[in-house]
Amino acid sequence: MSVIYLLLALSILVALIFFGVFIYSVKRGQYDDVHTPAVRMLFEDELVKEENQKQSIKTKD
Amino acid sequence: MQDNCFHCGNSCDQDAIVFDEKAFCCRGCKAVYELFSSNDLGCYYDLQDAPGAIPEEVAGKFDYLDNQKIVEKLVEFDDGDIQVVNLYVPHMHCSSCIWILENLHKLQAHIRTAQVNFPKKTVRITYKSSALSLKEVVQLLSRIGYEPYISLDDFDKGKKEVDRSLIYKLAIAGFAFGNVMFLSFPEYFEVEEYWLEEYKHLFRWLMFSFSLPVVFYSGTDYFISAYKGLKAKILNIDVPIALGILVLFLRSTIEILFDWGTGFFDSLTGLVFFLLVGKFFQQKTYSFLSFERDYKSYFPIAVTRIDKQNKTEENIQVYDIEVGDRLLIRNSELLPVDAILINGEAQIDYSFVTGERDPVRKVSGDKLFAGGKQLDGAIEVEALKSVEQSYLTQLWSNDVFSQNKDASFVNLTNKISKYFTSVLLIISLVATAFWMYYDSSMALNVFTAVLIIACPCALALSTPFSLGNMLRIFGRAKFYLKNAHVIEKLNDLDTIIFDKTGTLTTNKKVAITYEGLELTEEEASLLKNTLRASNHPLSRSLYTFLASQSISTLDSFEEVTGKGMLARQAENSIQVGSASFVGSPQVDSQLQTTVHVKANQEYKGKYTFNNQYRLGVQTIFNALSRSHKLVVLSGDNAGEKEQLAKMLPKNTQLLFDQKPDDKLNFVKGLQEKGEKVMMIGDGLNDAGALAQSEVGVAISENVNVFSPACDAILDAEQMHKLPSFLLAARRTVNTIKYSFVLSFLYNVIGLYFAVTGQLKPVIAAILMPLSSISVLIFVTLLTNYTSRKLKLFKN
Repeated sequence: MSVIYLLLALSILVALIFFGVFIYSVKRGQYDDVHTPAVRMLFEDELVKEENQKQSIKTKD
Repeated sequence: MQDNCFHCGNSCDQDAIVFDEKAFCCRGCKAVYELFSSNDLGCYYDLQDAPGAIPEEVAGKFDYLDNQKIVEKLVEFDDGDIQVVNLYVPHMHCSSCIWILENLHKLQAHIRTAQVNFPKKTVRITYKSSALSLKEVVQLLSRIGYEPYISLDDFDKGKKEVDRSLIYKLAIAGFAFGNVMFLSFPEYFEVEEYWLEEYKHLFRWLMFSFSLPVVFYSGTDYFISAYKGLKAKILNIDVPIALGILVLFLRSTIEILFDWGTGFFDSLTGLVFFLLVGKFFQQKTYSFLSFERDYKSYFPIAVTRIDKQNKTEENIQVYDIEVGDRLLIRNSELLPVDAILINGEAQIDYSFVTGERDPVRKVSGDKLFAGGKQLDGAIEVEALKSVEQSYLTQLWSNDVFSQNKDASFVNLTNKISKYFTSVLLIISLVATAFWMYYDSSMALNVFTAVLIIACPCALALSTPFSLGNMLRIFGRAKFYLKNAHVIEKLNDLDTIIFDKTGTLTTNKKVAITYEGLELTEEEASLLKNTLRASNHPLSRSLYTFLASQSISTLDSFEEVTGKGMLARQAENSIQVGSASFVGSPQVDSQLQTTVHVKANQEYKGKYTFNNQYRLGVQTIFNALSRSHKLVVLSGDNAGEKEQLAKMLPKNTQLLFDQKPDDKLNFVKGLQEKGEKVMMIGDGLNDAGALAQSEVGVAISENVNVFSPACDAILDAEQMHKLPSFLLAARRTVNTIKYSFVLSFLYNVIGLYFAVTGQLKPVIAAILMPLSSISVLIFVTLLTNYTSRKLKLFKN
C-alpha cells in the first residue's frame, strides 16, 4: 500500500501543473478579451471559401 | 436599385453613385469599396451588410504625428525598426470590422500584424517603422473609415497594469477547496478501518498544507478589511468573516496536531472560495465604457503653433502651450486653451462643454473658451492661459475629483453586521460561560464552534450576488453602472437634479415653428435653394426641415457673415437672416433662436428654433415627483422657462444661467442639508455636479462616445425607464433584506449544533455550502423576477 505515497505525489503534481498553466495563461492576458477570439475563429473558414471560389473561376477559364 | 449605400448603409439620395452594380451614397464610400475589392478584401461585405463608415476628410488633421516626441508618447513599443501602437477606434462595431482591421497587412505590406480587442474597441498594430510612419498608419485607418481617436488622455497614460489578483486568489482557493474535499471525504463516515487509520495523518497534513495559501494569500483581503474596520471602530462584515477564518484555521491545526480530530479544512477552504466567487461576480466591468473621464479624453494631443517671426507652423503638444502663443485652429478642431481670436471667422460649438447645440459666432478680439470646437474654416488665436489654467479645465482642480466617493459609503451589509457581530460575540461568550460551569473540557470546543458556524458566509454572499445580478440586468437594459454599490445608493435618494440642454432636450431633432405669412411656391423654392448654398448650421437645420424642392441655380447669392443671406432668381428676391438684417417689424427676443424671411421686399415671417424635449420627459417627472424632490439646473438662459414650467409638475424647482461651479455648489448645498442627491447630466459643464452628487448619471446619445466622469451611464433612448430603474433598485435592496432573514435561519440551525457541543466537521461541511447556495439561488431568482415584472428590457 505504500504505493499510495507515489500516487498521491503524482496526482498532486499533475494538479499543480494544470494550476500553473492556468495562472500562466491569466498572467499573459489570455482571458482579458474573451469576445474577439470567438469571432476571429470563424474567419478562417471565410478565407478558405474565398480561395476556393477563385480557384474554381480559374478552372473555368 | 438599392436605396441604401452598399458600404455604409446610409440612404442614398437621387445623386447616388452607381459602381460595380452597387449604389454608394458618396465618393468616399465608393473609394473604400474600390480599395477593398481590388485587394481581395470583398469578404468585408459578406460578414455583415453595410458595415462601413464614410471616411472623413483628414488632410492635415494628423500632421502632429510628424512630431517624434508625440509619437514616442503614443507607441507602446519601439526598437527603432518595429513599433507597436494600440489605437482606439470608435467605429468598430461588428465582425466585419474585426476582419478588415486584422487584415490590414493586405492593404499595407509594412504592417506586420494587427490584433483587435473588440470589447475595448482597440486595435494593436505592429509595423515596420523604418518604412511606415505612425502618421501613415493612422491615415490608412482613416481612409478606410476607421479613424482612430487620439486624445490628450492617451498622452500620459503609460502602461496600465491590470489587477488580476482576485482571479489568482479565486483560483488558489478553488484549487485547494477541490483537493481538500477529496482528502477529507474518507474520514466523514468515521469507519474504524485499518488503512484509513494508517494514512489519515498524511491526509490531514496534506489538507493543512493546501489550506495555508488559502488563509495567508486568498483570505488576506478579509483580514486587512477587518483590521481597517476595527481601527476606524466599525464592526464591518469582514470582522466576523476574518474571525471565522482565523478560528477555523487555528482549531483545525490544533486538532490535527494533538490528534483530536480531522479539523475543518474543507469548510475553511470552501468558505473562502465561495466568498471570493461572490466578490468576483460583483465585479462586472464594462470595458468599452469609462467612468473616470475628464477633459483629457475630449482634448486634442497637439496643436499647430505659428511662429510670429518666421511665419512658420509647427506642431506642439498642448501641454507646451504658453501664454501668448499664436495658435492655428483648423476646421472642426477643438480649442485646448482659453484664447483671444486674432484672425478669421470663428463659429464655436460649445456642445462638448454645455450641451448647447447652436454654435456661437465670434469676431476678432473676442475671448474664446477652451473646449469649444471651431466649425467653419481656420482661425488664428492667441493663448491667454495654459491648458490646466483654462476656465473649463480649472473645474478639475476642485477637491471633488480627488475624493473617493465609495469610501464614505456604509452599505446595508455593514449596517446589519454591527448588530450581527455583537449578538454573535454575546452568544459565544454566554455559551462558553455555561459550558465552563457545566463541563469545562467542552468550553473551548463550543466557543470556537459558535464562531465557525456563525461565520456569515450566506450573509456576505447575498449582497454581491443580488447587486451583481441587477448590475448585469441594468447593463442589458442599457443603464451601465460603475459598480454594484450604485444600486444601493439609487435606493436612498431625496433629490433628483436634471440638466436641461442635452439631457431633457435631445441634440438630434430640432423643433422648428413658422410664424407669419404663407410663402408662395416660388418663394418656398427660392428659400430652400438659398439655404442650400449656405454652410451655416442654422441654414442646414432649416434646410433639412423644409419640404424638398427641385434644385435650381440661383442668379445671385451673397452671404453677409453673422447676419444673413441675399439671393435672387428670375424676378424673385429673398433675404434670410437676423431680424435687423431683414428689417423685421418685431425686435428679436434675446432668448430664442430665430431666422427671419423677407421675400420680394415684403416681410414674411420667422422660423423659431425650439428645443425638442425627449420623449416621456413629462411622464418621468410625474412619476418621480411623487417620491423625490425634482430640480432642473440649466446653463442656458431662461428662454424656455414658461414652457418647462407648464410641462413639469408644479413643485419642480427651475434654475437657469448656472455655471459649472454653480451646479457643483448647488449640489453641495443640498448635501449640507443632509439630502442625498442624484445628478443627471451630459456635458462637461455638469462634471463637477456629477462628481459631487451621491449618484451622478451621464446621459449619452451614443454610449461609445464620451461622457464625463460619473457613476452611471444611461443610454438616452432608455431615459423614460428611469422610474423603473429606481424601483428595481429598491426591490433589489428589499431582496437582500429577505435573504438576510433566510441566512439567519441557517445560522440558528448551526448555532443549535454549536451551542450543544455537537458540531462535527461533516455537519459544517454540509451546512456551509447548503446555506450559501440556497441564498444565492433565492436572490438570483428574485432579482430576475423583479426585472421581468418591471419590464426593464421592453422599449
